[in-house]
Amino acid sequence: MPDKTDKTDDIELRLLLDAICRKYHYDFRGYSLASMKRRLTLAKDHFACRTFSHLQDRVLHDPSVLPRLLSFMTVQVSELFRDPSYFQAIRQLVVPHLRTYPSLKVWVAGCSAGEELYSLVILFREEGLEERTLFYGTDINPEAFQKAEAGVYELDRIPQFTENHRRAGGKSSLSDYYTAAYGAAIFDKTLRRRAVFSDHSLVTDAVFAEVQLISCRNVLIYFDRPLQDRAVGLFKDSLTRRGFLGIGAKESLRFSADANAFSEFCRDNRIYQKQGGAV
Amino acid sequence: MSGGAATVSSPSESRARAVVVGASAGAVEALTAILPALPESFPLPVLVVVHLPAETKSAFADLFNRQCRLAVREAEDKEPIRNGTVYFAPADYHLLVETDLRLSLSSEEPVLYSRPSIDVLFETAADAFGAGLIGIVLSGANSDGAQGLRAVMDAGGIGLVQRPDLSRAPAMPQAALDACPGAAVMTLQQISAYLEEFVPR
Repeated sequence: MPDKTDKTDDIELRLLLDAICRKYHYDFRGYSLASMKRRLTLAKDHFACRTFSHLQDRVLHDPSVLPRLLSFMTVQVSELFRDPSYFQAIRQLVVPHLRTYPSLKVWVAGCSAGEELYSLVILFREEGLEERTLFYGTDINPEAFQKAEAGVYELDRIPQFTENHRRAGGKSSLSDYYTAAYGAAIFDKTLRRRAVFSDHSLVTDAVFAEVQLISCRNVLIYFDRPLQDRAVGLFKDSLTRRGFLGIGAKESLRFSADANAFSEFCRDNRIYQKQGGAV
Repeated sequence: MSGGAATVSSPSESRARAVVVGASAGAVEALTAILPALPESFPLPVLVVVHLPAETKSAFADLFNRQCRLAVREAEDKEPIRNGTVYFAPADYHLLVETDLRLSLSSEEPVLYSRPSIDVLFETAADAFGAGLIGIVLSGANSDGAQGLRAVMDAGGIGLVQRPDLSRAPAMPQAALDACPGAAVMTLQQISAYLEEFVPR
């Protein structure tokens, strides 16, 4: 078969993404296809569908399929203080700058079940910045940010979280922040006092606040280049001058259309600073 | 152990476009027998997944870059795949191949306790390269790579497996053979010689 012909399942995959976009306004068309195809193949098996076309038929005619399908389509893998050196760098290098602001806004874009946001709230509390900060956690998957709002994690994840927190230079004991019950760790609701979780899409939504710090790690890798550009443009427009952007350890702004709007602030931990000049 | 090499197409008759390699316990020894032997003129890209503890800085790319005549790098997200280059998956990320022949990274769940996962690389590469792919499963102590090699061969690609009895950890090559009876069983020297035949003369 000539290489130029799309394979049938690739045609079906694109039609499925198109159908979900038209019917439900979740636009995954600019996502990296290799990973999306893997996750939708798992979904196809889960829903006992033979083909992506069959799955398309299901989701178009049965809206109750959508929430479960979204959980396959969005990647929800994180930890508290994942990559401790990133949080070390926030603490040691970024916090001294943030201290100079009378009030702060922090945006965790793609907050999933809230691990990254809670990590930052705890760090800000330890550094005495929590009271002057508002934390936004956004995600496209309502199930994810409902989990984030609940702040409940399986107890067997706690040893890893605790070790990460310690290696991130934690100044308190992580056990101060949760209560263990029935195999779960319930994080203290005072951590959510200054947090707002909401539905926001980097693909289709616009700037909603002016913020001093954005953390968006391991989200851009699921986007194709044009969509990465859109998201980075949104970050640029949301940050105050000299504001900070943290991305994933294997992500880079190097090829982004807005690369020039940022300078490398901490290269090893992929923290960028928005340029102060006219940009 | 019978040499299964009879079933494998010779390099001259294959339309190979890329090589994928998976290794786990015993990876350094196995890769050292294969990668440094590849000449500068080796015409295909080589994509490698080695299982590493998550917190390891992936030293493999550096280690092999010093020993190899080919350029050896850690894969970057969305970079176009170049011929004659060896790409290692970074620690704690899956490495995938897009159908436009770019690389992607992903922090999705580990597969068979592994991230990077050999299956994920092999399956996405099989999808992108089809019959033009050579999949190689080397020494390892789990069963990652078996489903992936199956996908490579189902797409018409070639499967090579290190002889389990000569592997430091035989479980992984054995699992690959169990899943892919049509794969060729080879010593490291035979795998190396097989790849060298792709070099244009």
